[in-house]
Amino acid sequence: MSASTHALYRDKHPVHEELGGYEGAKLGMWLFLATELLLFGVLFALFFIFHGKFLEPFKAAHHTLDKVMGGLNTVVLIVSSLSVALGLDAIQRGRRKLSMICMGITIALAGTFLVVKYFEYSEKFHHHIFPGNATMLKDDAVHEIVSVDDYIARRNMGPEEAADFKKGVNLFFTFYFMMTGVHGLHVIIGMTVLFIIMLKMGGGRYSHWYYTPVENGALYWHLVDLIWIYLFPLFYLIS
Amino acid sequence: MSHADASVSYLQEGRSVWGWLSTTDHKKIGIMYLYTILTFFILAGAAALLVRLELIAPGPTIVDQQVYNILMTFHGAAMVFLFIVPGIPATLGNILLPMMIGAKDVAFPRLNLMSYYVYLVGAMIALISLLSPADTGWTFYAPYSLKSGSLVIWLTLGAFVMGFASIMTGFNFIVTIHRMRCPGLTWNKLPLFIWAMYATSILQVLATPVVGMTLVMLIMERVLDIGIFNPAKGGDPILFESFFWFYSHPVVYIMILPGFGIIGEILPVFSRRPIFGYKAVAYSSLAIALVSFIVWGHHMFVSGMSDWSRWVFSFLTFFVAVPTAIKIFNWIMTLWKGSIHFEAPMLYALGFVFMFSIAGLTGIHLAVLVTDVQLHDTYFVVAHFHYTMQGGTVVALFAGLHYWFPMFTGRRYNEKMAFWGWLMLFIGFNLTFFPQFFLGMEGMPRRYFDYLPQFQTWHAISTVGSWLNGGSYIFILGHLLYAAFRGEKAEQNPYQSLSLEWQTTAPPPTTNFAHTPTFPESIYDYGTMDDGHAGGHSQRKAG
Repeated sequence: MSASTHALYRDKHPVHEELGGYEGAKLGMWLFLATELLLFGVLFALFFIFHGKFLEPFKAAHHTLDKVMGGLNTVVLIVSSLSVALGLDAIQRGRRKLSMICMGITIALAGTFLVVKYFEYSEKFHHHIFPGNATMLKDDAVHEIVSVDDYIARRNMGPEEAADFKKGVNLFFTFYFMMTGVHGLHVIIGMTVLFIIMLKMGGGRYSHWYYTPVENGALYWHLVDLIWIYLFPLFYLIS
Repeated sequence: MSHADASVSYLQEGRSVWGWLSTTDHKKIGIMYLYTILTFFILAGAAALLVRLELIAPGPTIVDQQVYNILMTFHGAAMVFLFIVPGIPATLGNILLPMMIGAKDVAFPRLNLMSYYVYLVGAMIALISLLSPADTGWTFYAPYSLKSGSLVIWLTLGAFVMGFASIMTGFNFIVTIHRMRCPGLTWNKLPLFIWAMYATSILQVLATPVVGMTLVMLIMERVLDIGIFNPAKGGDPILFESFFWFYSHPVVYIMILPGFGIIGEILPVFSRRPIFGYKAVAYSSLAIALVSFIVWGHHMFVSGMSDWSRWVFSFLTFFVAVPTAIKIFNWIMTLWKGSIHFEAPMLYALGFVFMFSIAGLTGIHLAVLVTDVQLHDTYFVVAHFHYTMQGGTVVALFAGLHYWFPMFTGRRYNEKMAFWGWLMLFIGFNLTFFPQFFLGMEGMPRRYFDYLPQFQTWHAISTVGSWLNGGSYIFILGHLLYAAFRGEKAEQNPYQSLSLEWQTTAPPPTTNFAHTPTFPESIYDYGTMDDGHAGGHSQRKAG
């Protein structure tokens, strides 16, 4: 990518000079992304508070999550981040067709992410795990699915400890569904945004001298990717 | 926009209903916001009058407890989320911000229009809750808000949606101030109102997402029973308070900072003196914005927190007083030896300084740990924040409405009527809320439907005051509305203000200025301009 050539193009078109212009649009987008991070920041902060409060049940519950599926989704999103970046680079160099293909690939990958997520969610629902209600746990040592009650019995917990443990497991899944759910919503929004951008690109709206919305759309998609990069270790890996 | 003729005012262009509803002109959007928020202001004010009427005597008077709680919740929630938070930024801010920095419009005009509609949708969602009105108080504290049988969800969802409107306005303004200042306008020449709007916008962008998510959690809690704030399920209701006030304390400054900005514009003009300590006044806005984020704990002194954190929050809270006092002292120094013109905007501004000083000084009692434990959740607190919000923000809004009235409408209000309106407001407001300080000190708790007979005298005085107060708003708004359409034509710059927004025609054309203006060397340099007034000589030295 040669930054100097498109910097040259960028300054020429009058659209960029209208009102906020290119730099203004970028500044606005970054501010918006900051608010998005704060939105998730609340959830992260709450997660850490409860993680400290319910260390044992959080550890136990995280084993039920499918690391392979989570890992697959991580790879999917990282590749999609690459494809959207390539799409932006293509339009900056005036290669509209190529850019549209890259956008299409990104949208397809986003769809893949949602499909994987669908399988993960339905597996959880199958085991009667809903937000605020968890009955199943995966036992680390024996690799088999056990109910929360069995788990409590095996560890010989007293009634008070058991009640606390149940609350903790419930809260873990609450956070799991809340945070991945809000993230999933962002994936859908991002897909929609990229789809509209792709359509408009087909209509000839963007070119090497005007691609501000494409760049902002790509930035949004990077945010979606970035948040997942934090969610994945938080839920699937840290024990 | 390119076809706009500079001799045609924005009010003459696109006059149809659709022309207004689809406009991207910041001035028209500001005026639409103005009419909308004032409507909610009147509704929420009516609820307040009913609440006060109920409290005129002990025991049930006009409504039962349930209705009382509903009225109180509606009053609080509507005033905060529908009126005072969008208040000055969305109305005067929208109209004035581009004009004061010599720009054609805000950076994202369509986003600006969208923020209006998002606000409207949010307001409608919130009003749906009136079918089974919430009775939680505007703070929605868990766990009661989780249990209340009313439509708490709709009210909080409405607040969540309106939060987006606030965020949009916030980053629209930040980008506008960064990118669209006219030639010659450096940061150290920025009008004080713009500094205030800048600090406000930062708060809107940084604080609103936090409360948005908190309210979403509350909604989830009610819908899915997820247990984050419910102690029975391992959750923690104090966390709700923490997250709520992490936003809602900064929001107090979202309410008041724009008011500071307006006062900073008005005082120099009507005392014909340069603003004293421009940089201190400007930067103190930013300082207030920053400090506001670390003081939320003082709302929770008695909610159960560790002694250490209570000490720390009490200590930190004092810091807000420093930049606030800087402002007040600088305003008073601006008045010093000035030739003061007692026109309506100045009367409101002086009223603001008086009432906000009371608000600030009584705030100290609530920041000090010992006295707060005594005064927490009493009428002292009610009186304190009404002095801030009504005596501060609302009075500042009205100061601004009168001051910029000739520019918005091209017409003059009647000076005599404006004076009587102000006097009614000033007496009515103080009569309503000053007695509440005594009530609070005697131990009358806030939010209560009933009280012991010993409190009745103060309550009765307060209720009578509230009628005068409510009447004054009807009078003032009625007068302004009449003047907007029937008032006599105004000259271009009736106050001989040096600010940029007055240097175009009144009302301005859609593009604000016929040509891109150059920013004046100084917009507060009244001492050197106006030798006709008494004290002109010493002004020049001070300036």
